[in-house]
Amino acid sequence: MIEVVDLWKSFGDNHVLKGINCTVEKGTTFVVLGGSGSGKTVLMKHVIGLLHPDRGQVKVNGVDMSAVTGPELTQARQMFGMVFQGAALFDSMTVFENVAFPLVEKRRHMNADEVRARVVEKLRVVDLGEEVLPRWPAELSGGMRKRVALARALVTDPQVVLYDEPTTGLDPITTDSVDGMIDAAKERLGVTSMVISHDIASAFKVADRLAVLYDGHIAAQGTPEEVRGSDDPFVRKFLSYWFKKQ
Amino acid sequence: MRRFRAAFEDFGELIFFAGEVLAWTFRPPFRLGMVVGQMAAIGVGSVMIVGVTGTFTGMVLALQTYYAMRQLGAEGLVGGSVAIALARELAPVLTALMIVGRSGSAITTELGTMRVTEQIDAMETMAVNPVQYLVVPRVLASFVMFPLLTMLFNVLGYAGGYAMGVGVSGIPPGPFIEHTRTFVEHKDIYSGLVKAFFFGGVVSTITCYRGYRASGGARGVGESTTSAVVMCSIAILVVDYLITLVTVGS
Repeated sequence: MIEVVDLWKSFGDNHVLKGINCTVEKGTTFVVLGGSGSGKTVLMKHVIGLLHPDRGQVKVNGVDMSAVTGPELTQARQMFGMVFQGAALFDSMTVFENVAFPLVEKRRHMNADEVRARVVEKLRVVDLGEEVLPRWPAELSGGMRKRVALARALVTDPQVVLYDEPTTGLDPITTDSVDGMIDAAKERLGVTSMVISHDIASAFKVADRLAVLYDGHIAAQGTPEEVRGSDDPFVRKFLSYWFKKQ
Repeated sequence: MRRFRAAFEDFGELIFFAGEVLAWTFRPPFRLGMVVGQMAAIGVGSVMIVGVTGTFTGMVLALQTYYAMRQLGAEGLVGGSVAIALARELAPVLTALMIVGRSGSAITTELGTMRVTEQIDAMETMAVNPVQYLVVPRVLASFVMFPLLTMLFNVLGYAGGYAMGVGVSGIPPGPFIEHTRTFVEHKDIYSGLVKAFFFGGVVSTITCYRGYRASGGARGVGESTTSAVVMCSIAILVVDYLITLVTVGS
């Protein structure tokens, strides 16, 4: 469970977050929608403890991510898996080495066979076979890179998975496949997911609940139906670009 | 004034970064395999360029010294002059400058690319400290390899000087070697190796810092690399002066 309480963050004179409040229930997918520069990524970086707030709290499964530092923060981060916008695969490592990396580094008691079995298992979750194991990230398509990144995020069986713009720059078929992958991680592994996106179609497809971020605050949040029915002028304008097309 | 302040802040951040590297060096897990890998990348990969530079530096030095000494009828002193110049100054400084050009720039580019493509952020989210994983092995490897490559420079430089002095200029081998033994003391070689040791720490810390703090995509990585090479070159000369001041003074 993720609880964000009255979160404020500024960079110099740039006030990015102005009192964010939201809750993500265990085992659900929460999508944060918003335009470029609305503070979505800053919010996510607070959740995983990459940034510390000026004011407010972020609690993940009872751990105050805004207060922990050093070894406690390192320990707390083991609850998470994160999929970056550009996949962020280590380009000097093969697919196998990428997915195995968190196990090799943090689960040192596992032997080589166990690591390989776990890597293959997680690649199956994202519909990839063993044939990709020796390949380099540069040899993979955008969609495959995102899948490998998700397999890497899932390999330690995290309780929470964060997705930063998972469908940006992908074609419609790959976008659909990534959406399916997010659903599969939730259904098969029961993870709590937080997705940062400006892809309205994708957001409404995968979200159990969603929030629309505008000018540092949440303009609307609730189930997809509730947000779609919001009276907030920005939310209506933001969503109309997509729903008018439908 | 603003540029001066920015440079001062940057230097302060570099010092904090060096402190962070020092702290993580002594915390487990210790990745000896990665240190050995970096020793190969930084050290073994630089053997050719350091060897060639050393050989030709020794040859040129012997040739120049020979023409000067011949005026005084003291050609036999060429061996000692070459050896002492190499051991005290030229070997550590030129070796460090060569490694900066070959391996230092590669370190900044590699870490910078990892930074701007979020690979370092990804590592952090996996509860792996990037300073410990990426920077510490490079710094430790540099501490070891800079003195070793400096010794290689010394040996090949002296060999180049011998080939030029004895083989080409016709200096008798006896006085060439005898004057080397007379002039060069162990402390001359040690002082050069001590310089190399510090150069290794300074160069690896600066190049890692520049890469680690890179931003702004491919252009930013390029700017960081240029800045790292310039900063290292100046730092090598400043540190060289300071160590010479201390060692000669003592």
